[in-house]
Amino acid sequence: MAILFTENSRVVIQGITGNEGSFHCRESIKFGTKVVAGVTPGKGGTFFDDIPVYNRVIDAVEKEGANASGIYVPASFAPDAILEAIEAGIELIVCMTEGIPVIEMMKIKHALKGSNSRLIGPNCPGIATPGAGKIGFIPNFTLSKGHVGVISRSGTLTYEVLWQLTSLGIGQSTAIGIGGDPIVGTSFVDLLALFERDPQTHAIVLIGEIGGSAEEEAAEYIKYNVTKPVIAFVAGRTAPPGRRMGHAGAIIAGGRGTCQEKVKALEDAGVVVEQNPAEIGLRVKKILERK
Amino acid sequence: MKIHEFQAKQILRQYNIPVPMGEVTDTPDGAFEIASKLGTKVVVKAQIHAGGRGKGGGIRLADNPQEAYEAAKAILGMRLVTHQTGPEGKIVNKVLIEQATNIKQELYLSLLIDRSSSKECLVYMASEAGGMDIEEIANKYPEKIIKATVSPVTGYSPFHARKLSYGLNLDKSLSTQFANIVKALYQAFIEKDASLIEINPLVITEEGNLLALDTKMTFDDDGLYRHPEIKEMRDVSEEDPLEVEAVNAGVNYIKLDGNVGCMVNGAGLAMTTMDLIKLAGGEPANFLDVGGGASVERIEKAFRILTSDPKVKAILVNIFGGILRCDRVANGIIEAASKIELKVPMVVRLQGTNVEEGRALLKNSNLKFEVAEGLYEAALKAVELSKLKV
Repeated sequence: MAILFTENSRVVIQGITGNEGSFHCRESIKFGTKVVAGVTPGKGGTFFDDIPVYNRVIDAVEKEGANASGIYVPASFAPDAILEAIEAGIELIVCMTEGIPVIEMMKIKHALKGSNSRLIGPNCPGIATPGAGKIGFIPNFTLSKGHVGVISRSGTLTYEVLWQLTSLGIGQSTAIGIGGDPIVGTSFVDLLALFERDPQTHAIVLIGEIGGSAEEEAAEYIKYNVTKPVIAFVAGRTAPPGRRMGHAGAIIAGGRGTCQEKVKALEDAGVVVEQNPAEIGLRVKKILERK
Repeated sequence: MKIHEFQAKQILRQYNIPVPMGEVTDTPDGAFEIASKLGTKVVVKAQIHAGGRGKGGGIRLADNPQEAYEAAKAILGMRLVTHQTGPEGKIVNKVLIEQATNIKQELYLSLLIDRSSSKECLVYMASEAGGMDIEEIANKYPEKIIKATVSPVTGYSPFHARKLSYGLNLDKSLSTQFANIVKALYQAFIEKDASLIEINPLVITEEGNLLALDTKMTFDDDGLYRHPEIKEMRDVSEEDPLEVEAVNAGVNYIKLDGNVGCMVNGAGLAMTTMDLIKLAGGEPANFLDVGGGASVERIEKAFRILTSDPKVKAILVNIFGGILRCDRVANGIIEAASKIELKVPMVVRLQGTNVEEGRALLKNSNLKFEVAEGLYEAALKAVELSKLKV
């Protein structure tokens, strides 16, 4: 089963002819993804490899049955691209773009309400369901099919954890990077709910980091709603307050959003929090064996 | 991004929010001239990116131009230490000379992004307890903070100003002035991609007017691409020189106090690597994310930045090659390390695409790298090396 990205996902790539869009489109096809269309305004009617390129997202929906979108366009164009995908009724929109102004994301969050769309990201590595396909940057070799759901606010740290799991023979149902910005389309809580209901998922790995309150909200949700084991790691124990640690959302502001607070909230909710990031995979293995 | 008070006041002026008459200068003579022009008692205010300037001696009253000259002379070049600068303080390069104000009452007013809820809104905050910082107000008089949320979809509406002014028990004669300020604040915030605009204090003068006596603004870094006029206001003298160099090189670098330098691809993994150094018994010297597409030039720049911090006694390179292939990273490291003289030991941990080729390249180079496979093993090694006496 897995979540959100399934065998039925038909992907349109917005920005397919750009550097990133074209490279990651090809990588995703190697991973088994059904990329049915690309969109680059002005290049409609052409082909990228043998994928038809359209001027508008709505054409990809109507002519190719696209129901998922990967957005690889620069920050100044990304809000427009997301809004176009929402209006075209795309169910799963995944935006990798980094650097979208916060005010634009506030407006997008309002546009998502009452729509049929779910947005993953922005500023995220994407989503992958081994066996079905992927959208985004997650390297193919780090992934393998199995029963662990992975959710994370990070990019390369997620690959590291996925690679640890795969190396230990632990496959994944779906892996999702929710993004490092202060405002993201989909929260940990949204995904925890989906993983809890997904029969393929037996355990959940949650990779958090300092800043904001996503981990605290996840902890609160897990306490009352999640029966599957959750193993977590929170990055940024040594991060100084008041500094933006790369991700726009990773900042300890006014003494809030510290690693210690988050770890405590998660532990209070019964989550297993691993302190050593090199041993997250091993910790998951032990817990799965105990089950 | 932060800007100075005098720059923030220029922006307020553009939006017709009343601020005291005044000008900025970097010399005592300039201060004399401005004070003469203003022709009143003046306030001489140090311009640094930190609050608490008054207590540190960075704000002085002057009755005449000669006193303004003396005050500016005392403040310019001083190392001003406040509760926000840290013990090292900040050198004052500019002073703002303003007409002194007859203050009847001090209020607090700000507009910021509300991250405490998932409503994706802005929030106004106002209080009768002006002059203090908001954390202090929140601690001492939480009941005195009046909030009004505003959605960027529907924007400002007159009730916002009413909610705040009635909450502040503001005299009726001020309500129009106040509403204009509240509305203009929203407009400025949205049009400039601010993340905080604070007017503190917003004063009621003896003459019965509202005046923004002091103000602080910060901007969304991600919005700067569409505001060149704001980007120009950046004052690099307020920042760590190494961090400025890093920004120019497209590298994300934050200096810390430890002695194990690290270079990593990706922000989350970079933070995690710092945590690992600590876990292994050491102290990280920095946060450094070379980004996804780490080129030879970037790796070289990153090394230069790392090695120009004299505290660094060992370097840990941690790269997870995804799209970025490890052999290319290894070549980058070798090329960069051969160009700059590396005086401290270095541990390289590579994982991911083409890792075997990458490790072989490092081992066969004539440069002294310790190559580690495991993540924790790499951190332990780097920490151990940092403790060796050279």
